[in-house]
Amino acid sequence: MSAVIAEHDDHHADEHHDHGPAKGLLRWIITTNHKDIGTLYLLFALAMFFVGGSMAMVIRAELFEPGLQFVDPMFFNSMTTMHALVMVFGAVMPAFVGLANWQIPLMIGAKDMALPRMNNMSFWLLVAGVLLLASTLFMETGAPSAGWTFYPPLVLQPITVGTALPFAVFAVHLLGISSIMGAINIIATIFNMRAPSMKMMDMPLFVWTWLITAFLLIAVMPVFAGAVTMLLTDKFFHTSFFNAAGGGDPVLYQHIFWFFGHPEVYIMILPTFGVASTIIPVFARKPLFGYASMVWATGSIAFFSFIVWAHHMFTVGMPMAGELYFMYATMIIAVPTGVKVFNWTATMWKGAMTFETPMLFSIAFVVLFTMGGLTGLMMAIAPVDFQYHDTYFIVAHFHYTLVPASIFILMAAGYFWLPKWTGHMYNEKIGQLHFWLSAISVNILFFPQHFLGLAGMPRRIPDYAVQFADWNMISSIGGFIFGASQLLFLYIVIDTIKGGTGEKVTDEVWEDASKHSLEWTLPSPVPYHTWETPPMLVPTEHVLDSH
Amino acid sequence: MNKIKKLFAGVSLMALGQEAAQADYTLNLMKGVTKVSNDIYDLHMLILWICVFIGIGVFGTMFYSIYHHRKSKGHEAAQFHENTTVEIIWTIIPTLILIGMAIPATKTMLELADVQKSDMTIQITGKQWYWDYKYLDNDIHFESHLDEASEKAHRIKGANLNAVANYLLAVDKPLVIPVKKKIRFVLTSSDVIHSWWVPDLGWKKDANPGFINEAWTSVDKAGVYRGQCTELCGRDHGFMPIVVVALEQPDYDAWVKKTSEQQKQKPDLSDQHHEQLISHGESVYLKNCVGCHQIDGAGVAGLIPAITASPKVTGAIDPLIGFLQAGTSKMPAFSKLKDNELAEVITYIRNDLGNKVGDDIQPNKITPVYEDD
Repeated sequence: MSAVIAEHDDHHADEHHDHGPAKGLLRWIITTNHKDIGTLYLLFALAMFFVGGSMAMVIRAELFEPGLQFVDPMFFNSMTTMHALVMVFGAVMPAFVGLANWQIPLMIGAKDMALPRMNNMSFWLLVAGVLLLASTLFMETGAPSAGWTFYPPLVLQPITVGTALPFAVFAVHLLGISSIMGAINIIATIFNMRAPSMKMMDMPLFVWTWLITAFLLIAVMPVFAGAVTMLLTDKFFHTSFFNAAGGGDPVLYQHIFWFFGHPEVYIMILPTFGVASTIIPVFARKPLFGYASMVWATGSIAFFSFIVWAHHMFTVGMPMAGELYFMYATMIIAVPTGVKVFNWTATMWKGAMTFETPMLFSIAFVVLFTMGGLTGLMMAIAPVDFQYHDTYFIVAHFHYTLVPASIFILMAAGYFWLPKWTGHMYNEKIGQLHFWLSAISVNILFFPQHFLGLAGMPRRIPDYAVQFADWNMISSIGGFIFGASQLLFLYIVIDTIKGGTGEKVTDEVWEDASKHSLEWTLPSPVPYHTWETPPMLVPTEHVLDSH
Repeated sequence: MNKIKKLFAGVSLMALGQEAAQADYTLNLMKGVTKVSNDIYDLHMLILWICVFIGIGVFGTMFYSIYHHRKSKGHEAAQFHENTTVEIIWTIIPTLILIGMAIPATKTMLELADVQKSDMTIQITGKQWYWDYKYLDNDIHFESHLDEASEKAHRIKGANLNAVANYLLAVDKPLVIPVKKKIRFVLTSSDVIHSWWVPDLGWKKDANPGFINEAWTSVDKAGVYRGQCTELCGRDHGFMPIVVVALEQPDYDAWVKKTSEQQKQKPDLSDQHHEQLISHGESVYLKNCVGCHQIDGAGVAGLIPAITASPKVTGAIDPLIGFLQAGTSKMPAFSKLKDNELAEVITYIRNDLGNKVGDDIQPNKITPVYEDD
């Protein structure tokens, strides 16, 4: 528990004072500063969160009542496809890269990311990729409509995909390159630029989870790029990877896709675990329970993510040995995931808790993620999945693990670190209002979808039988409230950047936060350049059991 | 809040589960009408209760802590940060629970996949956007489309959907099977991947183009069981339902006899009145053409040509007949249509959907071109 303030050398601070950011807009284009790039990532992700969110609003509006009211089925399919792609590749993943950019150097005492120019490039490739993808929305034949999973032969059909396929494929390539460069940068930074006294097992859990996530990214993004390239050659160069008539197999695509896809969903949840493990101890005023087991659990979840992919494909027609193996392997993941949930609960146990907005979002995360995890366990049971598969039950499941989990934690992270980054306190009352509106409406939105799925409503349909009407309407109402509530978050972000409540925040911001992690020992707002001299000692509150 | 919600949901699910098989409107999984579907239902309830139990335990502990261990109550933070015994316990107990679940799950999985010793076989072919059923033990073979009432209602804005019986869940020709017989299904597709799901039978199975999947069922109780395609298959994925009618053996035998005879009948190629041609033509159009060319014949911009004001449609008849029978790289061949059906649909598209050629094409006009095969 050696809480330490780094020796902040005044001489150094002065020396670098004139090395501020470039003036004007150019600053944001040419910047190699990890904080600027982190800000770019986060703002871009926030913008895409609203773009993807408005697509969800279109979906929920169409499903408000049975019958086709607003959109053509093809456009509906484009919306489900683009909503997923924008949210996954435009919002959630970039938001976590943004957090990594801001926080990893601050938390490990590095002065910047290891490869600052590549950092800039990976951000701008992301923008290019998302714009390329979004351009398909304006094509006469519409955006891709075969689902974000791009299953052939549907995705190769001229009447389904129009002209969008090559644009979507190249967008995936760009996004993949961007992600891989980001991941390499994060790994290089964590391995090489930690403060001299920080051992691997001293690192904050957010750093650990991102390190593991970065390896997942490097491993699977090329697989996805390969899969979509095979689609491209099947479509334009007469190969037959996925065409039975030419000796191929459409199910082969699904195996390749989900070999990427399952680690991909953990790419969106592992950094979430890291942020939760960072926030909960601060507001419980206790060290994180079971630091070492948290690290091991994250590592084993990442390992298992590579060997469970076909649980997305139980009904595709696999040999019995395959069905059983993938069922058993998937069930095992419940053990390390359970360890994490128990550890968070034990961290809260006998603490001295307070409930500021970041803590509220983190608690809601633990509860609602656990619910998403439990329905995941239900779906791991292969024979029962023959009923659940491709219904609204799974829509409810993965939205529980993404919205009130990943998105809630991103909100929590925003409330938690914005005061540090800006030097301004956000408006706690509006923050709490945002939390309660979001937490209640997200359940009105997604909980009824469990009922719909069990009662037999398939996913990805624009219209439905009348017996599904009531719960769809309730779900849509929840969706509209949830969507509108997020405007409060937008307001808070802008308001806090502009000055917030006007209250000057301390360096620690949160009581005793500097015991937990290095960034709280820096001034608020964080200077443009930090840790020019690495800190000599690191806080170890969060890692007590390794000492 | 969430704990209470979960509890409430669990209790209401249990209560409703009792009547699930009969109720039109359910919250919980259907029990279904086969042994496998009942086993799956039991597994579902078992794991649901395990999850509710775990949820109550975890959330109960958490909310107790949230209520009592708060700073505003003056609670001092303890500083413990690990406990090896506890950590081992909460690794081993979940593992044991998982093993406990894996055993019945494995049994049901083996049962679900055992297609041996079947009494009859039906081939199911998924097509955009209907199902094609072929009874391999006799010559029965037919297509099963969304019924006309739903087909019209979902394409016309403001239609009264409550007036349509089983909106989107009714077909023109259901799959008819006998009860208490082990029926093996072989599933495939002629275009993209579809998935055949009737919740009351307890499973769904993908229909993959170029490959064959197997599944089986044995229905205990005569009745009508409805389901839908569950793999995104393009524009009308939401509009290709499945209806299975399970009959007692004598009724089934009668159905087989009647259907075989009907199939052997030659189509009626006699002349029809204009109104007959148009109304029959509309039925043919709704089954075969509407998915792409749309209810108003406008097609889809950039993807599918319009029928309205198309010179191909309103021009000479013989090339149009040939075009429909042979198809192109983009349009499927409709050689499956009988002469009378071709005549009806050609009359319909030339004189409706915004076209007005003003002629009647009678079935006998089709024959010469048809015989070119």
